[in-house]
Amino acid sequence: MAFFSKTLDKLKNGLAKSRKKISDSLTTVLTLGRKIDEELLEELEEKLISDDIGVETTLQIIEDLRAAWKERKISSAEDVVPFLKQELIEYWPQCDRELNFAESGPTVVMVTGVNGSGKTTSIAKLAYLLSSQGKEVVLAACDTFRAAAVEQLSIWSQRTGVQIVKHQQNSDPAAVAFDACEAALARKADVLLVDTAGRLHTQKNLMMELSKIRNVITRKIPDAPHEVLQVLDATTGQNAINQAKMFSEAVDVTGIMLAKLDGTAKGGIVVAIRNQINIPVKFVGLGEKPEDIEPFDPETFVEALFS
Amino acid sequence: MFDALTNKFNSVFRGLSGRGRISEKNVRESMREVRSALLEADVNYKVVKDFCDSVVEKAMGAKVIESLHPGQLMVKIVNDELTNLMGPVDSKIYFVSPGPTIVMLAGLQGSGKTTTAAKLARLLLKQGKNPLLVADDLQRPAAIEQLKTLGQQLEIPVYFEESKDAVKVARNSVNFARKNGRDVVILDTAGRLHIDTELMGELGKICTAITPHQIFLVCDSMTGQDAVNSAKEFNEQLELDGVILTKLDGDARGGAALSVKAVTGKPIKFVGMGEKLDQLEEFYPDRMASRILGMGDVVTLVEKAQEQFSEEEAQKMQQKMAKGQFTFDDFLKQMQSLKNMGGIKDMLKMIPGIGSQMGAMDVDDKEITRLEAIVHSMTKAERRDPDIIDASRRRRIARGCGMEPSDVSGLVKTFNQSRQMMKAMSGMGAMGRMKALKSMGNMDMFSGRMPGLKIKQRSKRKRVDRRKKGKKNRR
Ligand SMILES: Nc1nc2c(ncn2[C@@H]2O[C@H](COP(=O)(O)OP(=O)(O)O)[C@@H](O)[C@H]2O)c(=O)[nH]1
Ligand SMILES: Nc1nc2c(ncn2[C@@H]2O[C@H](COP(=O)(O)OP(=O)(O)O)[C@@H](O)[C@H]2O)c(=O)[nH]1
Ligand SMILES: [Mg+2]
Ligand SMILES: [Mg+2]
Repeated sequence: MAFFSKTLDKLKNGLAKSRKKISDSLTTVLTLGRKIDEELLEELEEKLISDDIGVETTLQIIEDLRAAWKERKISSAEDVVPFLKQELIEYWPQCDRELNFAESGPTVVMVTGVNGSGKTTSIAKLAYLLSSQGKEVVLAACDTFRAAAVEQLSIWSQRTGVQIVKHQQNSDPAAVAFDACEAALARKADVLLVDTAGRLHTQKNLMMELSKIRNVITRKIPDAPHEVLQVLDATTGQNAINQAKMFSEAVDVTGIMLAKLDGTAKGGIVVAIRNQINIPVKFVGLGEKPEDIEPFDPETFVEALFS
Repeated sequence: MFDALTNKFNSVFRGLSGRGRISEKNVRESMREVRSALLEADVNYKVVKDFCDSVVEKAMGAKVIESLHPGQLMVKIVNDELTNLMGPVDSKIYFVSPGPTIVMLAGLQGSGKTTTAAKLARLLLKQGKNPLLVADDLQRPAAIEQLKTLGQQLEIPVYFEESKDAVKVARNSVNFARKNGRDVVILDTAGRLHIDTELMGELGKICTAITPHQIFLVCDSMTGQDAVNSAKEFNEQLELDGVILTKLDGDARGGAALSVKAVTGKPIKFVGMGEKLDQLEEFYPDRMASRILGMGDVVTLVEKAQEQFSEEEAQKMQQKMAKGQFTFDDFLKQMQSLKNMGGIKDMLKMIPGIGSQMGAMDVDDKEITRLEAIVHSMTKAERRDPDIIDASRRRRIARGCGMEPSDVSGLVKTFNQSRQMMKAMSGMGAMGRMKALKSMGNMDMFSGRMPGLKIKQRSKRKRVDRRKKGKKNRR
């Protein structure tokens, strides 16, 4: 498939550019013919940690590897990467990577996340992707808080040629969501993408505001929102686990959009999130342009983790 | 809390003490907990490795092996070392004359540059400067609009141009500042990846064109292991003068702070504590050290306090304090809560800036029991109105609790003093209170705040010496 190779290219390019990277690449750890021993396991542990997979999940993965080694399923360094890749790829079964579309009427996708993670840009990317598939898309500018957030989304609506529902800055975001639902219904739109203001998951009142937006959407369109995507910056460390927990609690997150994967960070935290909270990844963001979006592909992702 | 770590160290060492001497290998093993804590806090694994090595080295030098309390000593070494690595404090912005002083902000996408630019401008305005904000992010849609909006809120002028040439905009903005008497130029730039050679080159060109006097990297405190890569690259290309850490108002442990400090060697200038423009604060290395270690911080302190007092109760108490109507009964209640919260020593440790000084003082929970005994020996009327306590009442109270009349008068005196202080402090906000506490500097204020509490303070000289030593080891 085309997007796989494009992603891989990007990731490889990124890597070529980042030869100055501080963390060692796995190939130096896994020299040919090397036998598995505790030292090798320790180096692997460091590698996984340097990808932000986190101590807990890393130790679990290493334990599995150790068990396989003790059971003589694997014995040399060359077996390690294929074993780990297989184990990780199984984290994301095919079924939960796709968008869940409404059976009839508009599909509502609510987009959430902490400040600056890439929500608005991700909406532009989704708008581009979905409208290029022939779907009629409407945007809801529910970030009424950040300075010029409405303007930012308006520019994206123009550039991607989709409609937008917006109010003034500082107006009630739930009211915008309400109007946007009505507009989507009236225009018989296929997809409504709801942008929201960034908020830290520790801010109780803002998390409540988010639930309120969700409730308003459900009241207007039963079954909606059909997807609640949490946009996660790929450079984020262990705090992403708390983020995922709290956003899930507030609005029942159905999937992650992993943005900014075009940098040197590998986004390994989604492994921990999958392991500890069981939220799948649906899309990845690979740049600042609308076309820089790819469906999440576990093989490519894992390939990059171990490159 | 530090106790948790002390206990962990102790349990490692206790297991060994029966079997003879503690070896370097044991010390190394005891660092496992610290290693996990740091990794969980997102400190880069290589930085963690170096850190642990240097702690082990210090521990050998400090003869932890022979110490009677190896656990405590280890915690102290870990905390001191971490605090040293995070410092020194340098929240100054240096101005040049003749102006304008040019400050440039750079960083990854979404790290908080634009918001921080506005926060800095506000801070400078408060200091009597005439800042100019420059919208030099020509990439992100509505980035100029964003800065213009923030400038309007602050009533600070924003320089902008419809242009695709960030170097030209930068150059023109400085000329504009000169002509219009603006003495500080704050340049907001587009977010960029450190591996984006083209955009990194653009920053280089801006630097050549306007030679900024100070360049700050704006770094998201939630960043993981990759923080070292971006910080290193930005530092190499731009020769940073400092780092501003944003979004620290959340619950991220903020290990990136240590990573970035370690790879760049540049001071952390400020921390962003919220989206509002007045939420920029000075950086406290000791606060950050505790936060990264996951031990003792204000959040826990506040949470614990909340567990003890209902909102209503807390409000009542505050009103009483404000009016100077705080009684010995209230005092008893507070002491009881303090005990429930895990003892006074732990409480004090959680107060930033004080925690690290705990090594220099002794506060005893027994002291509280002693004070409680005195209060218990008072009549209801005496508790409500300490002024009626005369010599004969004093003698009776002392007899009742088995202490000297001078102990009673000591308590009453400090109680009155602290009542005055509470009255004065209740006018301030939480931050003001914190500052007031800090500015009182030495620990005497605690004997004022906790009435009658005796705090033995070791010689100040020793403390100074220790600090000096710390400085030498700084990188
Ligand atoms: N390199 C890169 N930058 C991104 C990506 N997604 C978003 N950004 C940038 O990150 C910054 C913040 O994005 P924005 O969508 O405004 O974040 P929001 O505050 O969550 O809505 C902007 O400068 C975007 O251009 C991505 O996938 N890759
Ligand atoms: N909670 C919190 N949010 C912040 C802080 N600093 C910036 N932000 C938010 O982070 C997002 C990105 O900030 P912005 O200044 O646009 O980042 P830039 O892309 O680097 O210019 C916005 O939603 C800001 O309101 C902070 O210290 N705390
Ligand atoms: Mg946004
Ligand atoms: Mg900006």
